[in-house]
Amino acid sequence: MATRVLDQHHAHAAAHGEKNGLWSWITTVDHKRIGILYGATAFFFFLLGGVEALLLRIQLGSAENTFLSPDTYNQLFTMHGTTMIFLAIMPLSAMFFNFMIPLLIGARDVAFPRLNAFSYWVFLLGGLFLNASFLFGAAPDQGWFGYANLTSKQYSPGLNVDFWMLGLQILGIASLAAALNFFVTIVNMRAPGMTLMRMPMFVWMSFITQVLLLLAFPVITVALILLMYDRFFGTNFFVPSGGGDPLLWQHLFWIFGHPEVYILILPAFGIVSEVLPVFSRKPLFGYAAMVFSGVFIAFLGFGVWSHHMFSTGMGPLADTFFALSTMLIAIPTGVKIFNWIGTMWGGSLQYQTPMLFAIGFIAMFIIGGLSGVMHSSPPADLQQTDTYFVVAHFHYVLFGGSIFGLTAGAYYWWPKMFGRMLNERLGKLHFWLMLIGFNLTFFPMHFVGLHGMPRRVYTYPEGLGFELMNQIETAGAFVLGVAFLVFLVNIFQSWRKPRNAPADPWNGATLEWAIPSPPPEFNFAEIPTVHGRDALWELKRQRGGPLPEPARVSGAGIHMPNPSYWPLVTAFGILGFFVFLMTLGQTGIWPVIASFGVLLLGVYKWAYEPAG
Amino acid sequence: MTAHAHAAHLETSTGLDNRKLAIWTFIGSECMFFATLISNYLVNKGKSLVGPFPHESWTSPSGQHFEPIFEIPLVTLGTALLLFSSLFVVLALSGAQRGNRKALLGWLAATLACGIFFVGMQVYEFTHFVHRGLGFTTNLFGSSFFTLTGFHGTHVTLGVLWLATVWVDALRGKLPPSKSLNLEMAALYWHFVDVVWIIIFPVVYLIK
Repeated sequence: MATRVLDQHHAHAAAHGEKNGLWSWITTVDHKRIGILYGATAFFFFLLGGVEALLLRIQLGSAENTFLSPDTYNQLFTMHGTTMIFLAIMPLSAMFFNFMIPLLIGARDVAFPRLNAFSYWVFLLGGLFLNASFLFGAAPDQGWFGYANLTSKQYSPGLNVDFWMLGLQILGIASLAAALNFFVTIVNMRAPGMTLMRMPMFVWMSFITQVLLLLAFPVITVALILLMYDRFFGTNFFVPSGGGDPLLWQHLFWIFGHPEVYILILPAFGIVSEVLPVFSRKPLFGYAAMVFSGVFIAFLGFGVWSHHMFSTGMGPLADTFFALSTMLIAIPTGVKIFNWIGTMWGGSLQYQTPMLFAIGFIAMFIIGGLSGVMHSSPPADLQQTDTYFVVAHFHYVLFGGSIFGLTAGAYYWWPKMFGRMLNERLGKLHFWLMLIGFNLTFFPMHFVGLHGMPRRVYTYPEGLGFELMNQIETAGAFVLGVAFLVFLVNIFQSWRKPRNAPADPWNGATLEWAIPSPPPEFNFAEIPTVHGRDALWELKRQRGGPLPEPARVSGAGIHMPNPSYWPLVTAFGILGFFVFLMTLGQTGIWPVIASFGVLLLGVYKWAYEPAG
Repeated sequence: MTAHAHAAHLETSTGLDNRKLAIWTFIGSECMFFATLISNYLVNKGKSLVGPFPHESWTSPSGQHFEPIFEIPLVTLGTALLLFSSLFVVLALSGAQRGNRKALLGWLAATLACGIFFVGMQVYEFTHFVHRGLGFTTNLFGSSFFTLTGFHGTHVTLGVLWLATVWVDALRGKLPPSKSLNLEMAALYWHFVDVVWIIIFPVVYLIK
C-alpha cells in the first residue's frame, strides 16, 4: 500500500540506482545480476565444453585417426563431461533459479542475498581451478565418474585426479550453498496468496531440484573426501590390496550421480512447463499431476543408483530391485510428457522460438527416455553398457532434454532479463540447425553402439562398419557448432540495438511479466497479492484485457540489501584451502591454515556487517 | 514508508524466520553427510587386514600383541557431558529469551565447558590410539574410525567456536531477547551434533 505513493515523477530517474562499474558487479548481492553472472560464466564454459566435444568428434571422424593422442583424448572426454554437467548445465539452471525464482514468486530478492553472491564466486573459482589443470598439462583423464582404481595414486600418480577431486569439492560447496538459499527462498519468500499449489511449475521443479541437491551432494562430498584421503594420506578405502572396495566408490558416486541427472533435467522440465502454456494460450494441463510426478521422480531417483552398475555383477536380487525401480520412473515421466501434450492439445499454438525449442525438447526427450527404459533391463543393459548406445541415450536426455529446455528458457526470458527482443528469424534458424545437427550427431550413435563400438576409446579400427556413421556424427557436431554461432550472432545483434522489449512480449501468465523489462533493482514496487494459478492471466481476465505497460518508478524508500565483498573474500579462502591442500607436499600445512583463516575472517566480517 | 516496506520484507510465508528455516535445512543436508560417513564405517567393519582391532586383541605375525583398542569408560563420560550440554544450551537459550543475562552467560559457559571437554577427550583418545599402534592408515578400521569421529569432532569444534562467539556477544551486551535467534541457531546445530553422536557412540563403540 505504502509503495503506491512512490514518486511517479521520478520515472526518468529509473536508472539512478544502477551503478555499472566493475566494483558494483564484484560486490553485488542483487539476484538478477548474480543470475546474469551465472549465465555468462556458464555459457562460456558451455562453449568450452562444446569445443572439447568438437575436438573429440574430429578425432573420431575417421578410423585410426591420430589427430589426438590417447592421453589428450582421455583428458578431453573427461573435461567435456565434467564441464557440461558441473560448469554448464547446472549453473545455466542456476542462472534461471537466480533471475527468475524471486520474480516468479513475487519477492524482492532471495532469502540470503550475500550467500547467493558467495555461491556464484565459489562456482566461478571452482570452474577456473578445474580448468587450470590444462595449464599444467594435467587435466583430469579418468572420466567424469572417477571410478576407482582409475583414480588411485598407483594408477594416476599425476595431478590430474587431484584437480578433478578438489575441483568438484569446491563446486559442491557452491551448489549446496545455493540449494540452501533457494530452498528457503521458495518456502518462505512467496508473495501473499502464492500458496504452494499456486506456484509456477518452474518454481516447483526448481524446489524439487534444491531438495535433491541438498540430499545428494553430501554423499559425493564424503566420497571425494575418502578419495582425497586415499590419494594424499595413503588410506585404502578404495584400494583392494589394503582391504578396501572399489565398488564402494561406485555406490557412493551413483547415490549422488543418479539424483544428479534429475538435478540436470528437472529445471528444464520446469521451463518447458512455463513455455508451453503461454504459447498454447492454455493453462498447464494437469497441474497437480505435474507437481506430484516431479516429487515422485525425485523420490525414486534415490532408489535406482545401481542401474549404473549392472555389469558389476550384483546378483539377481539387487538386479531385479534396481531394474524394477528404474522402470517405475517411466511412469511419472510419462505422466509429464502426456501432460505437456495435453497442454498443447486444442490450444492456439504460437510457433515462436521458445515454443519451437519446447516442442523439440518433448520430442528429443521421448527418444532419450525410451532408450533409458531399455537400459533398465539388466540383460539388455549388459549388451549396451560401455557402448555408444549409452552415449546416445544420455545426450538425448541431457542435450535433447536439458539443453533444449534451457535454450527455450533463454529465448523466453531474454526480453525480461535484458530488455531486448532476440531476432525471431535467427532464433528459428538456431532451432532448426540445432535440431538437425543434434540428431545427425547422436542418432547414429544408437547404431554404432549396438554394433559394439565402445565408448571412451580414442579410436577404432577400419573395416568394422563404423566409418560412415562416425563421419555423419562429426558433420552433425559441426552443424551444432554453427547453431550456437547463430545464437551468438543473435545475442550480439540485439546487444547493439536499443532496449525494445515490452514488459509482457508473450502475453505471459506469471508475475515477472507484470514488471518492466529489465526489472528494476527492487523488482516489484508493490509486492503483488496472488489470487490463483497463472496469476497474471487471472489479473488480465479480471481487467478484461491486456495490462498497460508498467511505469518505471524510482523505488525510493524501498529497502534493499547492501552490497558486500565478504562473500568473495570467503570464496577465496575456500579456493586457497583446496589449492594448498593439493600442494601440501611442497608448501606444507601453513598456507592451508592461513587460507582457513581467510575463510573464517570472511565469515565473521560477513556475519557482523550490517546486511541492510 | 520505509518501515512498512521493511516490515513487509521480513514477513515470511511460513512465519518462520529465514535463518531458522535455513539452519533446519542445513541440518537435513548434514544428515546425509553423516549417514554416508556412518555407512562407510559399517561397510568397512571387520574388513581390516591387520590389527589393532576395536573389540578383539590381535597378535601380529612378528609376535607383537595388541589389546582391544577402545577405552569405553572415558568415551562414555564424554558422551554423557555432551548430552548434558544439550540441556545446558536450552537453559542458556531460555535465559536469553527472558533477558536473564546471568543465566544466559552461566549456562552457555557450562555448555562450552562440556564441548571443550569432549574435544579434549577426543584429542587424548586419538593420540592414545596412535601410541598404541593404530594410525590413520594402519588398517581400514583406523581409517574409517578416524574419518567418522574426526568429522564429528570437527563439527563439535566449530560448534564450540560458534557458541563462544555468541557468548562473547552476550558478554558485550549484544544479545538482547530480540536477538535470541542468534543463540537458537547455534543451539539447533549443537543439538544436531549431539544427536549424531548418540548414533555414532553405540554403532562404533558398543556394537561388537
